[in-house]
Amino acid sequence: MVVEQILFFALGSLLLLAGLGVVTLKNPVHAAMSLVLTFFTSSMLWILLRAEFLGIVLILVYVGAVMVLFLFVVMMLDINTTPLREGFARYLPVGGLVAALMAAQMVAVLSSKHFGFDNFAPPAPVIEGSNTEALGMELYTNYVYPFEIAAVILLVAIVAAITLTHRKREGSKTQDINRQVQVRRDDRVRIVKVASESSEGHGA
Amino acid sequence: MIQAWSDLIPLLPELFLLVMINVILIAGLFIDEKRRGIIHFLAILTLVLTAVLTLRDFNVGQRFAALGGMFVRDGVSDVLKLFIYLTTAVVFVYAKHSLRVNKLFVAEYYTLVLFAVLGMCILVSGGNLLTVYLGLELLALSSYALVALDRDSSTASESAMKYFVLGALASGLLLYGMSMLYGLTGSLDLGVIADKLASGDLPPVLLAFTVTFIVVGIGFKFGAAPFHMWVPDVYHGAPTAVTLFISSAPKLAAAGMAFRVLAEGLEPRVQDWAQMLGFLALLSLAIGNLAAIAQTNLKRMLAYSTISHVGFILLGILAGDEAGMAAAMFYVIVYALMSTAAFGLIIVLSRAGFDAERIEDFKGLNQRHPWFAFLMLVTMASMAGFPPTIGFFAKLYVLQAAVDAGWLWLAITSVVFAVIGAYYYLRVIKVMYFDEPEVDHRITVPGDVRSVLAVNVVMLLALTMMAGPLTRLCEQAWQ
Repeated sequence: MVVEQILFFALGSLLLLAGLGVVTLKNPVHAAMSLVLTFFTSSMLWILLRAEFLGIVLILVYVGAVMVLFLFVVMMLDINTTPLREGFARYLPVGGLVAALMAAQMVAVLSSKHFGFDNFAPPAPVIEGSNTEALGMELYTNYVYPFEIAAVILLVAIVAAITLTHRKREGSKTQDINRQVQVRRDDRVRIVKVASESSEGHGA
Repeated sequence: MIQAWSDLIPLLPELFLLVMINVILIAGLFIDEKRRGIIHFLAILTLVLTAVLTLRDFNVGQRFAALGGMFVRDGVSDVLKLFIYLTTAVVFVYAKHSLRVNKLFVAEYYTLVLFAVLGMCILVSGGNLLTVYLGLELLALSSYALVALDRDSSTASESAMKYFVLGALASGLLLYGMSMLYGLTGSLDLGVIADKLASGDLPPVLLAFTVTFIVVGIGFKFGAAPFHMWVPDVYHGAPTAVTLFISSAPKLAAAGMAFRVLAEGLEPRVQDWAQMLGFLALLSLAIGNLAAIAQTNLKRMLAYSTISHVGFILLGILAGDEAGMAAAMFYVIVYALMSTAAFGLIIVLSRAGFDAERIEDFKGLNQRHPWFAFLMLVTMASMAGFPPTIGFFAKLYVLQAAVDAGWLWLAITSVVFAVIGAYYYLRVIKVMYFDEPEVDHRITVPGDVRSVLAVNVVMLLALTMMAGPLTRLCEQAWQ
């Protein structure tokens, strides 16, 4: 128990520090790397909660795919960040108010008589062993129908994205293998008769 | 959970539809523009065969659930599905000409519409909040892409953006309500939720919040005022072939969602949501009918008229009993038929580079083409609810159900607004019959469109044949 608590506080404070780094670091690449650390520590926290599948998926999907994309964008676009940082003092009162309001709401929800831990006790772990296996079993048996619908939704997303963005452009380079294979000598080679230079030409 | 292959038999129409969508998707890659009529034929054939498969196990009075209650088939779902197939097939017939003229005759139109149809089938058969939501998203995502299909039109892109953002917001609200419902009852199954709610002893404040969020979400998807902002822009901005689709069949699905979630899942809280729906219905009737008067664009006018029709549909649902639900179902089916006819006529009168979407474009239509003028006359009369048409009966049944449920004041107000609404329908008729034509191009219409349009409009008129059996069907579905 003590080890768990030490781990929780260590990871939690690291998470907060990394999160602060995302918004305060000057260099966008450093900020993005700090976001990677944020994802990483929060996945550690999830694993501490015995949600190891979600923790690993967070690293695979967010760190592995989303953050790489972020870094690409940050590195490719040369964004001047100084104008974005202006007016900190001007927006502080509004921002502070929103932050305080959100904090108050979270406290109200988590401690209220409706949603407090007194009403809803933390559920006892129902699964022995790997929850990856248990999730897989649920997903492919009881929830196979919604799972398949989700797959169809992804297919729609692909079809829609291609329909809306793919265009036949003038002069785009594409291969037509049929034509490449069937090409004959006459299509490519043009024999040009050039009159051989005679001595008279030189004399002129 | 699937124990045996026979568990999938109730899903046969949906599975067939999905397979055919993939076939059309792949076939679309290999068929060039000249022979794209094959795709058109294949899409209509798919809908016909899906309807045949649905009719195979069609039994109005019976209800059975598959896949652990996630998929429900009963009279309500089957009747709605059959009309979804029918309206979509009619939409395909009307749309072909317009798509070809506007250089949008692509296989993706057909695949996306069929994906939307699949989403609607899942939605109206959803016995679980999860499947209801996923079906809704499948429908919504396909619709967003369809609205943006004409990429070179800035109004289409703008309206698609609005549709997408507001639709995402509505989904968020609906999901929030669903998550609270799950938190309160501990189940996603609509039947279990209804049992838990009926047993009482749940915090009433939280329940009120939950019901509010779900009603707001449904209101958004229906396009009911005050959540109607997207409707006129989307109807106006989208290509007419797409407007034709999103104004008809998805309304059937939205009604199906309201039936599933409100009339089944939240049935014990009927006094909560009936009040809210009453408010939505009143606002929809007022805003829809009053704003439609000011429109000069026919597509925008029909959009506002849709909002007022949604008010009537909600009027039936809020009665809360079987008679009310049956009346609402009858109304939404009639509405879908009227809407396809109206937009079909707009398409028929359009030609290359010119959409007959302003009311002035219909000036003197009687002199140019008396038959189409007559069809438009019947459609407008039916929308306004004049007696010999089926639109009159739809309004009558809904009002009767509302009065029986004790909503007399609301019924009277809605009649007043319907009378105000008759003005703008009559204006279209007046323009067609009493004004001189300004343009004089020949109206050329392919034979199949002409005959389907005639049948569609005659269905609105042939009340003795249609109204009786159709109301009986709706009533049986709700028994």
